[in-house]
Amino acid sequence: MSSLQMPKVDKAIMSKKDKIALDLRGIINSKNVLSSLDELRPFETDGLTAYRQMPLLVVMPETVEEVSQILKYCNENKIKVVPRGAGTGLSGGSMPLEDCVLIAMGKFNKIIEIDYENRCVVTQPCVTNLAITHAVQDKGFYYAPDPSSQIACSIGGNVAENSGGVHSLKYGATTNNLLGIEVVLMDGTITRFGGKVMDAEGYDFLGLMTGSEGLLGVITEVTVKILKSPEVVKAALVGFPSIEDAGNCVAQIIAEGCIPAGMEIMDKALTKATNDYSKAGYPTDAEAMMIIEFDGTEHEVEAYINKAKEIAEKNNSSSLKISKSNEERLKFWAGRKAAFPACGVLAPDYMCMDGSIPRGKLAEVLNEISRLSKKYNLPVANAFHAGDGNLHPLIMFDANDKESLRKCEEFGADILKYCVKVGGALTGEHGVGIEKRELMCEAFNDKDIQQQLTIKVALDPNSLLNPGKVYPILRKCAEEGRVHVHGGKTKFPDIPRF
Amino acid sequence: MSMEEKQNSQTSLDFNQNIFKPTSREEIVEIVKNCYRRNIPLEINGLKSKNKIGRNFQSEKTLDLSHYKGIIDYKPEELYIKVKAGTPLKEIVEELNKNNQQLAFEPNDFGYLFSGESNSGSIGGVVSCNFAGSRRFKVGSVRDHILGFQGINGKGETIKSGGTVVKNVTGYDLSKLISGSFGTLTILTELAIKVLPKPETSKTLVIKNPHLKKALSYLGKGLSSSTDPSGGVFYPDYFGKNFVLNDLTHEGGLTAIRIEGPTNSVEQRLNRLSKELGLLDQELSILDNEQSNIFWGRTKNLEVFKSLKGNLLRIVVPISETLQVIQKFKNYEIKYFIDWGGSLIWASFDQLNTKILNEIKDIVRKHHGYITLIKVEEDLKASADIFTIDPIKYKISEKIKRSFDPKRIFNPGKMYTGI
Repeated sequence: MSSLQMPKVDKAIMSKKDKIALDLRGIINSKNVLSSLDELRPFETDGLTAYRQMPLLVVMPETVEEVSQILKYCNENKIKVVPRGAGTGLSGGSMPLEDCVLIAMGKFNKIIEIDYENRCVVTQPCVTNLAITHAVQDKGFYYAPDPSSQIACSIGGNVAENSGGVHSLKYGATTNNLLGIEVVLMDGTITRFGGKVMDAEGYDFLGLMTGSEGLLGVITEVTVKILKSPEVVKAALVGFPSIEDAGNCVAQIIAEGCIPAGMEIMDKALTKATNDYSKAGYPTDAEAMMIIEFDGTEHEVEAYINKAKEIAEKNNSSSLKISKSNEERLKFWAGRKAAFPACGVLAPDYMCMDGSIPRGKLAEVLNEISRLSKKYNLPVANAFHAGDGNLHPLIMFDANDKESLRKCEEFGADILKYCVKVGGALTGEHGVGIEKRELMCEAFNDKDIQQQLTIKVALDPNSLLNPGKVYPILRKCAEEGRVHVHGGKTKFPDIPRF
Repeated sequence: MSMEEKQNSQTSLDFNQNIFKPTSREEIVEIVKNCYRRNIPLEINGLKSKNKIGRNFQSEKTLDLSHYKGIIDYKPEELYIKVKAGTPLKEIVEELNKNNQQLAFEPNDFGYLFSGESNSGSIGGVVSCNFAGSRRFKVGSVRDHILGFQGINGKGETIKSGGTVVKNVTGYDLSKLISGSFGTLTILTELAIKVLPKPETSKTLVIKNPHLKKALSYLGKGLSSSTDPSGGVFYPDYFGKNFVLNDLTHEGGLTAIRIEGPTNSVEQRLNRLSKELGLLDQELSILDNEQSNIFWGRTKNLEVFKSLKGNLLRIVVPISETLQVIQKFKNYEIKYFIDWGGSLIWASFDQLNTKILNEIKDIVRKHHGYITLIKVEEDLKASADIFTIDPIKYKISEKIKRSFDPKRIFNPGKMYTGI
């Protein structure tokens, strides 16, 4: 495990642990304040398991007033606070600090209101993403953003990270599907941004809070819009003799005016791993394998899928299958969804990267990754949300070998730097957290970062809320992180990751 | 030589003029740095299509960005366009047309309202005001299409956020914060905007119907159906005659629902929609592609309020509240139409004074909505709050304003007193 510099531990706070616990037990139900090592252990890490740290204390508030009082108390006593939803995040945003009170929001787990007339759901933040869809699907509705961890990740965490998903090209990420939040600021102020109306007046604090990774406030209620489920969903499974052909096909589909619901590419290494692991039946001769999915009404889907077929053929597709039933469509996806675990059997460990690139740069970036793979002598497989340019290279290594881990981290950092160099972004959907913190200066200069920090200080003058995340501590562009998986075992092995 | 004179002598800026028309970012930086140093408030304008919206405020100098224009980079296959902030929206729309693409948020053209003719403004103004058109409920607002920006903060520092890729969660999403901030946080210099393909066909189902209650029921059912509409409006009787179109067979009140996409699918969805709404043939008309575009163009341009003498308010409430809100307006002389599938009320009040305005605000607040004064008479404008805000959000807004513009030199007081 790499060492990671975190904000300086406040020894005075550490020494007052018992007093703080006592005080907090005066604010909330005493059984909801956890202080023994056994109780704290489950909270030592989130989905980024390469980094672990026990918090000073864990509190599990049950009402917004309790959250407010906890924050107010911590603010007055200069105690650091780390908020946590389901703890499935992949960039270490919920990793505790040694001297922090960790606010675990798990008890905020009820859907408050389903409002079909205004087509929205009001919910507490620790309801899972998928539970929202489950609550409304009987009436033919669903919640569109679908991060791969949707069976376990919380909607409040989705807001904090601005989570995306396979379908974000057509339906947008969390920020585009959110109507309102209730939030508690570090000084204990309870306020609401947005509501059941679109574009609430004044500064767009809803937009600012979304994706702020728990640095600006603790979310205590969420209102999301729900959509009518599409009538028909169809997918095409297409093989290409080269990455370039697949990349050109993506560009032309978009240029022709078809916006697929999802468009996924896997490279040969990943296709092979997936076939071996899950008997996915993907074409083994193809250099790139693509799933193109359309949804909508019957004629609409028919028109688009025929157009996509035509474009794929023009771009030398070596195989092409269109799903004839929903079962067949799900089978196309089953392999893709097993792609990450498939890498788990190829090497003791893998790191999942999350860069964003212009769609047209896919071939160039994959060539660079392949060059780096040779340079570092570590195998890599690539999955790509091609529709929206979100690349997930999986670097395989052995964490027991320090040199292998070091090389893997350097390799990962080089990939992200290259993503930025070709006009992309450091993170498409996993967030910066602690993982990409020190790479921020690849994307932003000092003035850009300073402007963001000024906003942070405006709302949290003592920098007590989730410090050490997102913004560089070292102020040098280097090293660290990624999603580390050992022996195929993630922190949440049952959660799909794709 | 004083420090200030020394700094000025290094540049070519003539600071004695009252209106600056910069053509480069460097000039803007210099102007802002000067204003920052000297505590000089600055009014920021693009093409002035919306500069009457907002509070009146005192400014010593004006920054006119209409000469800071041009398309920097347009990549149709990457679905983005990058432009300088003073670029006229019209130029951008024309450029996108060449590739059969569009800005899906179809921003309102306020030129008809304020000056009787089209003035869709500059892209910087469009983003600063964040007023989205009829497709709002389907595709999002202006802010949902801003991929990134470059701007100058109140200290004269160049800052940026976001980029040109659609998926990007690196750092705070400042593109959202600057959208709808009415030029009070940064001077926008460059904007990267998401573009989308134009639909192959756009058609509109128009239902003869003078009753709001019925209209809201049609709109509610339509928007909750799987036919995926991209526009839903209601015009009462008095506006019906504004839409004389070949295929529109009556002149009274109407409810209109737009369906867009591949031609075959549009036909299929239109048929289904009229069946689901239980409509008889004599109750409805279908507008073909061309007429549909004219109809929604007029809606976007607020043409029913062309050269309006009186006041215009923009009221947004949850759809479930619209009927009650309109019913409570019965005591006033008003003309209105409904957009956003039932949630947006554009209302002109014949007589508006502080007392009536407060009553209206009270009604809207009780129904969980908000209100923006788009056009009000000067004497009322001087005394009324154009935007409403509660004390907590005011306090937060004040802090955010200071974090961008510590000396309050950008459009000070345009949104709220003291901000």
